[in-house]
Amino acid sequence: MTSASYRLSAGGRIDRSRRIGFLLDGEAMSGFAGDTLASALLANGVRVVGRSFKYHRPRGFVSAGIEEPNGLFTLGKGGRSEPNVAGTVTELTEGLVARRQNAWPSVEFDLRAAYAFAAPLLTAGFYYKTFMGPTRGAWMFYERFIRRAAGLGQGVHQRDPDRYETRHAFADVLVIGAGPAGVAAGLTAARAGARVVIAEQDSLLGGSLLLETVASPVEEWRREVEAELESLAHVTILRRTIALGVYDGGTVALVERRNPARPDPGAGAARQVMITLRARAIVYATGASERPIVFANNDRPGVMLATAVRSYLNRFAVALGKTAVVVTNNDSAYGTAFDLARHGVFVTVADHRDTIDSALGAKARALGIEQLCGATVIDVLGGKAVNGVVIARAVDGSGAQRRSCDLVCMSGGWSPLVHLTSHGGIKPRYRADIAAFVPDRYAAGQFGAGSLTGSLTLAAAINEGVETGRRAAAHAGHDAPASTLSTPRLETTGCSVETVWRLPHRHPDKAFVDFQNDVTVKDLTIAHQEGYESVEHLKRYTTLGMGTDQGKTSNINAAAMMALLKGEQIPAVGTTTFRPPFMPVSLGALAGRCVGNHFKPTRRSPLHDWHLAHGGELIQAGPWLRAWWYRWAGPTAQVAYIEEMRLVRTAVGLADASTLGKIDVQGPDAAEFLGRIYVNNFANLPVGKSRYGVMLSDDGTVFDDGSTTRLAATRYFMTTTTAQAGEVMSWLEFLLQTAWTDLRVSVTSVSDEWAAMAVAGPQARAALELALPDTDVSNARLPYMGCVETELNGVPVRLIRLSFSGELAYEVYVPADYAVALWEHVLAAAAPLGIKPFGLEAVASLRIEKGHVAGLELDHRNTLDDLGLGRMASKDKPYIGRELLQRPMLRGPERWGLVGIECLEPGKSLRGGSILFAATDKVAGHGRGYVTSVTWSTELKKFIALGLYQGGLTHSGEEIVCAFPLKGEVVRARLVSPMFIDPKGERLRA
Amino acid sequence: MLRIPCPLCGERDYTEFRYGGDARKRRPSHGLPDLKVWHDYVFLFDNVKGPHREFWQHVVGCRQWLVVERNTATNRVEASGLARVVLATREDATL
Repeated sequence: MTSASYRLSAGGRIDRSRRIGFLLDGEAMSGFAGDTLASALLANGVRVVGRSFKYHRPRGFVSAGIEEPNGLFTLGKGGRSEPNVAGTVTELTEGLVARRQNAWPSVEFDLRAAYAFAAPLLTAGFYYKTFMGPTRGAWMFYERFIRRAAGLGQGVHQRDPDRYETRHAFADVLVIGAGPAGVAAGLTAARAGARVVIAEQDSLLGGSLLLETVASPVEEWRREVEAELESLAHVTILRRTIALGVYDGGTVALVERRNPARPDPGAGAARQVMITLRARAIVYATGASERPIVFANNDRPGVMLATAVRSYLNRFAVALGKTAVVVTNNDSAYGTAFDLARHGVFVTVADHRDTIDSALGAKARALGIEQLCGATVIDVLGGKAVNGVVIARAVDGSGAQRRSCDLVCMSGGWSPLVHLTSHGGIKPRYRADIAAFVPDRYAAGQFGAGSLTGSLTLAAAINEGVETGRRAAAHAGHDAPASTLSTPRLETTGCSVETVWRLPHRHPDKAFVDFQNDVTVKDLTIAHQEGYESVEHLKRYTTLGMGTDQGKTSNINAAAMMALLKGEQIPAVGTTTFRPPFMPVSLGALAGRCVGNHFKPTRRSPLHDWHLAHGGELIQAGPWLRAWWYRWAGPTAQVAYIEEMRLVRTAVGLADASTLGKIDVQGPDAAEFLGRIYVNNFANLPVGKSRYGVMLSDDGTVFDDGSTTRLAATRYFMTTTTAQAGEVMSWLEFLLQTAWTDLRVSVTSVSDEWAAMAVAGPQARAALELALPDTDVSNARLPYMGCVETELNGVPVRLIRLSFSGELAYEVYVPADYAVALWEHVLAAAAPLGIKPFGLEAVASLRIEKGHVAGLELDHRNTLDDLGLGRMASKDKPYIGRELLQRPMLRGPERWGLVGIECLEPGKSLRGGSILFAATDKVAGHGRGYVTSVTWSTELKKFIALGLYQGGLTHSGEEIVCAFPLKGEVVRARLVSPMFIDPKGERLRA
Repeated sequence: MLRIPCPLCGERDYTEFRYGGDARKRRPSHGLPDLKVWHDYVFLFDNVKGPHREFWQHVVGCRQWLVVERNTATNRVEASGLARVVLATREDATL
């Protein structure tokens, strides 16, 4: 058969004037605008579209929609490669590249089909049973091969070049699904004045209406409704948009597939848009999905859902066979039978029911359709394509007879797509009359309409749509009187479903329940025999429903089979919990624009550009990009930071400290406020002086430290660590707004308003004298911990004499807009002293030598005493954390204390996080403490560290061992005072 | 998801706020020398299913701390008010 003979010459919703070329496994093919990849492949005669998961059986398309389990392809090339995409929902676009999956060397001839011989070993739970011996370790040997054989498509490691967008949207009424119920609801709500958003996953509106031919009266109705919806400004129609999940507060996650052809990210075109939509009311009109029937070899290419065949015929003008068998338990399949017959296909209907509606019967006879009542298909013949069936009596499988055919259309009833309605935790309930689960009830402001609720006729769907549209609009505040919409006449108005579930009469090991994961009735039987009967166990033991289709064609059949095995009714078996996403979603859509540098916001110092322009290498510290080291000091970080340290210890350096948290605290009760939050006293701090302060959390552990300067009687300038700036600010606001509302204090963040730089080293004063010649910076005027507010060329400059490095040092604050100007001025003016910038690595190293605690020590587990700061706590006034600090566990001699550590082994280094042991300890278990911060000491010419050790400095002088088990390192060291340099603080007070 | 009505800024998305814990607890008086009272305040709270009063701060807006009534079972926000107002109108703790 040539490809031309599968495509009908007329009819369908395709545009024959626009031919579209695409590639399948490298071979050029073509279709038309309006095709999906599936319809184009079927039109080209491609029947085998993949190999099944375990047994590598040849598979064809089963459906024409979102429930497709077999027809999965890898689309695209390179970074755009996307595996496991259902061809039935892929719009055909020019240049589409598609590859079939899970076969080698090809789908047509797949060597791995040999797995079929191992089929008895690969039944449910096989990896718990078959591959468990002969030794305990055997599984890990087999697991490697099994893992490689598992899966369907392959992912890639290349970067996805496409662009994904994120949007937020709001609506009065969101309608999910644009079938007859959905468009009726949307139109009714819109006519009542509500802002309506309609989300439809297809590229066309209409849902089940698209099954009818374009000549049908249904089509005219569809077009009219669509035209009216398009004409209303307050209606937004989102085609190609899937609702993935429903969350609290009427929030729905939608993914819109934009630009099906290759979008140009360079031009800002997005491939997909993730819309977080908040709706006052939601109408679910998601429809129902046809069920397969379970019989032997029901997975052969050419065995399809009846409505799928009808869709390919009427929408895509693809005829799939010349002789068809329709096996059904309900009326809707007759629509397919009649349409096939009208196209000259010889049709046999095997209807499970003993009697059928007389009107249907008459019409079937008139069209020359052979009808067999009380009959079913019990087996399928043919390997890569159907070439016949075995038909027998439905009740007991007797009277078997063969029939030739090249197409089997099965209709086992309808399963409403209830998923979204149960994301909020409301489980569906079973309706025996339609043999289906429907939503039990809805959250407030949410409604259901159409075949979703079990209303399987067109008239019922439209009427329900109108009613729910009105109620939804009213819930959103737009009242309108009840109304009706005209209903088009449909040919098959019957919907009766007689579902008597039966186990397959033959070959249960070839009767597939879940096509995608190769789960057969035999697997269900084994699960039942071994006690995995509850639906949750059944799912996980057999993997039924765990594929990309999430059991859309298998869940209900499985529940029915298990009910039969257990001798129970279906409701007792129940369903598993539905969770988002409803369909597979690309990670790109979830990430949106938050990729690369935009993954998190980046904060920059006002000196950022200067650092980059002058050899500064930047490092990420939390959200900040900070100057890490400078190239003037060396070619690598390891070399440069040592040079920078040496400069600060011998001359003078300049460091960017702008990231510090800075808070303005003012008011008549400011002193009282600070006294409550800090452990030490700030009420007696003289104006123009600064003091190091530590604040605790309520639980008695150290929360943050910083320096607070008194600028006036009722005004203080507080600094915090960079990392905790936001936490401290919120904490102060919390106390003032929720507990101490009587205190007259204002706190304001001024972190971004002030830039800060540290001038540090023995020549620091000389440097300031050169930079600020008109300001008295002598030791008398600006002593240690003093503050001077001055100006330079009219720009305010605040000097606070503080040291982090342990050298003579000053923190210089200037309004952020003048940061670069002052920085360059200081470097230029003090150039004769050899001043240069130094970075974060050197800053950290210098403070370790000095024994200053910082972020790595302030990890919220430590108390003041642990860190050697116990003497700071005031005995004259209460402070936050004082009470719970009294807890015995925070005070015992078993507590660790801050220690200095000297490496005793030249050539070896210390490592942060190492576990500490006494020299005589066995190196195992938790040890006695750990290393917090490490650096190379330029003064002592060895590796030093700060750490926490049980008993602290009572063990000063003792030899210890630093162990890093992850790298197998063990280094000998000695405990010493953490103040490695200048213990008397003479340099600070120079 | 959650929409929180800020009394000053209007209804805003929860991403503009930070959560601050149980608002039914009253902070003991500063310096109260009772270890048990502080222990219970800091470490104990009822894990309520149903209506709950809790703190949220509008960090990306007015920076005010709010007391929000939220139902922990349905995640619906029923009401909210400025902490400095709501807490002032409640009886003072007897501590």
